Parts: sequence; structure tokens; C-alpha cells
Amino acid sequence: MGRKILLVTTDQQRFDTLGCNGGLLSRTPVVDGLAAAGYRYERAHPQSVVCMPSRSTIITGQYPSTHGVWMNGVPLAPDAPSVAEVLRSAGYRTALIGKAHFEPFLDPFARFAENRVIDPDLLGSAGSGPLRGFEHFESAAHGAMGAFHYARWIATHHPEAIGMFYRVLDAALEVNAAGGGATGAPQVHDNVIPREWYHTEWVADRTIDWLSGIDADEDWFCWLSFPDPHHPWDPPVEEMHRVDWREVPLPAGYIEDPAAREHVLADKPRHWMSWYQGDLVSNYEAPLDWVPATMTADQVREVNARNAVEVELIDEALGRVLAAIEAKGWGEDLDVIFTTDHGELQGDFGLLFKGPYHVDGLMRLPLIWRPAPSSAAVVAPSSISRPVGLVDIAPTLCAIAGVAVPEWMQGQPLPVDDADADRRGHERVLTEWDSELFGVEVHLRSICRDGWVCTTYQAGHSHDGTEGELYNLAEDPLQQVNLWSDPSHAGLRSDLLADLWDHQPLPSRPLAKAQAPV
Amino acid sequence: MALGSIRHHRILNHRADRVWEIAGDPARLHEWFPGITHCVVEGASRKITLGNGLVMPEEIVVHDDLQMRFQYRITAPLFTFHRGTIDVIALDESSCIAIYTTEADPRAMALVVAGASSEALVTLDEMLTNDVSLERQTH
Repeated sequence: MGRKILLVTTDQQRFDTLGCNGGLLSRTPVVDGLAAAGYRYERAHPQSVVCMPSRSTIITGQYPSTHGVWMNGVPLAPDAPSVAEVLRSAGYRTALIGKAHFEPFLDPFARFAENRVIDPDLLGSAGSGPLRGFEHFESAAHGAMGAFHYARWIATHHPEAIGMFYRVLDAALEVNAAGGGATGAPQVHDNVIPREWYHTEWVADRTIDWLSGIDADEDWFCWLSFPDPHHPWDPPVEEMHRVDWREVPLPAGYIEDPAAREHVLADKPRHWMSWYQGDLVSNYEAPLDWVPATMTADQVREVNARNAVEVELIDEALGRVLAAIEAKGWGEDLDVIFTTDHGELQGDFGLLFKGPYHVDGLMRLPLIWRPAPSSAAVVAPSSISRPVGLVDIAPTLCAIAGVAVPEWMQGQPLPVDDADADRRGHERVLTEWDSELFGVEVHLRSICRDGWVCTTYQAGHSHDGTEGELYNLAEDPLQQVNLWSDPSHAGLRSDLLADLWDHQPLPSRPLAKAQAPV
Repeated sequence: MALGSIRHHRILNHRADRVWEIAGDPARLHEWFPGITHCVVEGASRKITLGNGLVMPEEIVVHDDLQMRFQYRITAPLFTFHRGTIDVIALDESSCIAIYTTEADPRAMALVVAGASSEALVTLDEMLTNDVSLERQTH
């Protein structure tokens, strides 16, 4: 009998939203407890700061340039490798419950397997996999619409709840800019759904149900994938008493004085200011009709309050899953990895949502690994400061399961402390952005190493290929001083860029076309 | 509302008239366009059935065998505007270029339809390559 593996991902969660990472707004005792008993990574970056490429990295252990999902809307190839398949072949029972998003959501032709698992012609007899090595798959996203098991469940059992959620897309099929709540912040909405019907609870419930069917002596790998705290920020309104938005402190990255804020933005490549002023939206998931410069401090507070409530609900739902696992007698043999696919600007620089902006709000992720207490490999709990990436998750899962890391994986098992990281060459982590959407083309390549983040821009809609960003993470943790053009840092910049280009991943297949906006 | 306009093309190592035989036949769309399970043509109207069971009405705007151009509009309420254009242009006696242009409002739907059309062009190419019987008929 081997180790059981629970991979927990959230969607669009910042590093600083967990208590163990210094967050003060959300109470996250469950994840904090895992961190206290395991490894807490202080510099974990995604390889893309949007969902589909990042999630494809988690399942393949490859960079976006290699697995081919170079932007949202580009489907992961049906024959792409999958760590779930590796574990299934090794005898593990496998399940993915919650948000997948390896293929486009907007799929009226029902072309993609992920959306065909539920057969709309067979009402009431929803399929549940297999999908990409997961023998069992139950899907959920951010509301009650779409080809998801959760949406089907709501429609079948609680149809009155369909209209309770925020409408993610507007009539023009653009990401909705409509505001709500007390402050009118975009993608904020008072959702009167009872907590027990909310997708966070459903994902936990379905996970517990799947685990209940596993024999005690079987090995299993479950990817528990919560859709929150991704926008829309519409947690059950009955839970909003947890955090009074009026008392929420403004985030450190939010510059209150507009003149000072715009001074910082002006020092970054021009698409920063263009988005802020409403002149350019380079990511479909940011509402086209919303101008960040209009955002008020109170709106930032309310978004952060709702985000915090969603994070707390996730923590409590995870606690229920862990209790069920404990009750099955698997607690000592359980490895838990907790992370997310990318971050959220959440007020930093006067911005919300995400896009081609390689700063900590989007790149610094929560990542916790609590090894099985029974594991011989366990060393003392630690915090790891060396850079790691989501590309390292799949190899880590293989290592936990005791199977060889396939050659096609480009990461390596996570280090257990900084000395281990140094020994095994965890020196750098790379992040990519490519997007070409409705005439707007943006390409970024970033490296984080030795306490620096360096991003170079290739020629595109707003850039001529000479622009970049360079930040000293120790002296400028909020990335407000761009040293890219500072002559005294030219040598460092050159060294970082050389290292960046020396380690660029290679494509494994022809460049695929975008099939949908998301 | 915003208009999206997206064009995909593919060079096919097949004679233009062979490509047009399929691409220019509105009743055969479901054979090469992914996600369409059925289509019925009645005069200048076509109804397509999608993979999720949704039926979409279309209006055939241009069906020009000389130019090898086919244009149609999806008239379902989901679209404020739609126009799809298929052009087949001979490059030489044994190859041609097939161009599938999608214009749509909402623009998100242009991306979705165009995404499927790019795959459709690949399927069209494969159909012709694999269609030994058709090859025999034409030689």
C-alpha cells in the first residue's frame, strides 16, 4: 500500500491570502496546519498567469511553450501527456473533481471532450469520465451555467438557484463589467444561494463521495479543484458577516494617491497604463467595459472582503475532506499539496483581475506540501525560499507515488528545504505570456532568480521589443520601482536575460490556434 | 457590441474543383465541420444541428460555383451579426487555397466559429486525401 495523494488547487488565489503566508484577512487554519506540518514555499510561480495554460502545466509538468496551450482558448491536445495517466498506470485510482479547464469553456459546438463528458442528450445520466488519465471526473466552474456537473446538479435539484449567481458574461459575450454589492465593484454580486448549494461545498461533497467508494487498501490520487476565489466575487451572502468590507485595510500594493499610482504605472511598459486608463484590454478575462482608473478604495476593500470569505469557505471545505480521509484511516498515509493556478491583482497598482503583468500579485502563489506523516522521506517542516514552479507539481506527484519521473516532464520534484533546493538546482523559475486576440498581440518572458524578477517584452501591439521590467524583490517587494532602464543594473539585466533565454523550453508540437476566448 | 473578423486558410494539395465539390455543397457541411452533426438545406435556408443538440438557422447568401465562393449567415438570436465566407482559389492544376472567414458580433462568437473552421479545413484536407474512391472517379 502506497501513499494517498490529495492535490488541492484553488483558482486565482494570492500568496498573501493565507494566514501561514502572513495574511490577516482570511482565517485559514486548515491550510495553515498543513503548512506547519510540512513545506511552505515562499517563491512559487506559475508558468502562465491565466487558467488554461497554467492548469495544463500542472497536469503535464511542462511549460506552456511545450504543452502548446499558449493562451486561454487554446485547447490542450487530446494526446498531451498527463500525470494522472502516469499514476493510473501505476495502479492508482484517479479523480479530478471541480474545475478542469484544459479545453475552452465557450464551446457551443460541444467539440471538446471536457464539455462532452456530460452528454446533454442524456439528461439525468451524466457521464463522469474518463478524462486525461482521471477515471472519474466531475466538473464545476464559477456559476450554474455551462456543460458542468455542478451546473447540471443545480439545474436538477435547485433550479431556483441558477439565477442567483453573477452573470459572468454580458449580452455581448464579453466578461461582464456590471458592478454590485455595496460599492458597485465589477464582478461583485450578492448571491443569495444557501452555502450548502455553493460550488465550494459541492466540490468537497463530491470528493468525499468519490473517496467513500475507494477500498481502504487502494492507492488513490484526487485532484480537488475549487473554482474560487476567482471572480465573480459572489460568495453566499449569508457568509458575508465574516468580513466587514468597511474595515478591510487597503492592500499594501494599492497606491491610494492617484498621482503616485500613475507615476508608478508610467514607469512600466505602456500596456500597464493603457489598461489602467481603459484604452487597451489585452486579456479577455478583464471586462472590456471597465476602466480600472475609476476603481475606488472602497471597491478594493469590498473585493478583498469577498475574496477573503471565499478563501475561508475553501479552507473549511478542505477541512471536511481531510476529516473524511482521516475517518477512512488514511490520514497517516496522505500527502496533501495545496496551491492555485495563478494570482489576482486584487487592487495592486489600482488594478483587478489579471493579464500580461508579471508581478507578485499574479505570480507569487501559495504552495504547501504536507507529506504523508508515515513517509520515511519526511524531514522537519520548513519554509523554502528558493524559486519553484507549478511545473514541479507533476514530478512531485510521481515522486510521492514512487514512480519514475517521465522524461517529458520539465520540472523536478519540489525541494524539502533550501539546502535540498540548492543541491538539486532549483535556481530559477520561468513564466511565459503569449496572447493574440482581436488584433492585440502581447508576448512576455520572465525569470525569477537570486531575488530578482526580470521580464522582457517581445514586439507586439504595444511594444517594440525593447521594453522590460526588473525588480529587486527584497528592496522593492511591491515591484513599484522598475530598474529595467537603470544603467547601474544593465549588467545584472543582461545576465538574467542570458539565463532566461538559455533555459527557454522548446515546443513539442505545431503552434495551435485559439478556438475560443476562454 | 463589437465585430470580430477572423480568417483561416489552408493550402490543399488537391484540385480546386475537387475541394469545391465538398466545400461548395451546403448540404455536406456536417461531413467536415467539427461539432455539426446534421444539416438540412431547403432553398436558401440551411439548418445545422450542433453537437450539443442546438439547432441553428442559416441563410445562404452567396453560392457561386464560378468564383467558388460560398457565403452564409447564421440568423440565430445568439448573433447580432454573422457572415461566413468560404473561398476556394486554384493555385495551379493540382493545388488550391481554401479560405474560411468568419465575421461575427458578438466578437467572442467569431473566435469560437473561426476556431472550429480552422479544424474544418484540416478535416476537409484529410477527407480529400483519404477519399480514394473520389480520386479514382476523377482520373
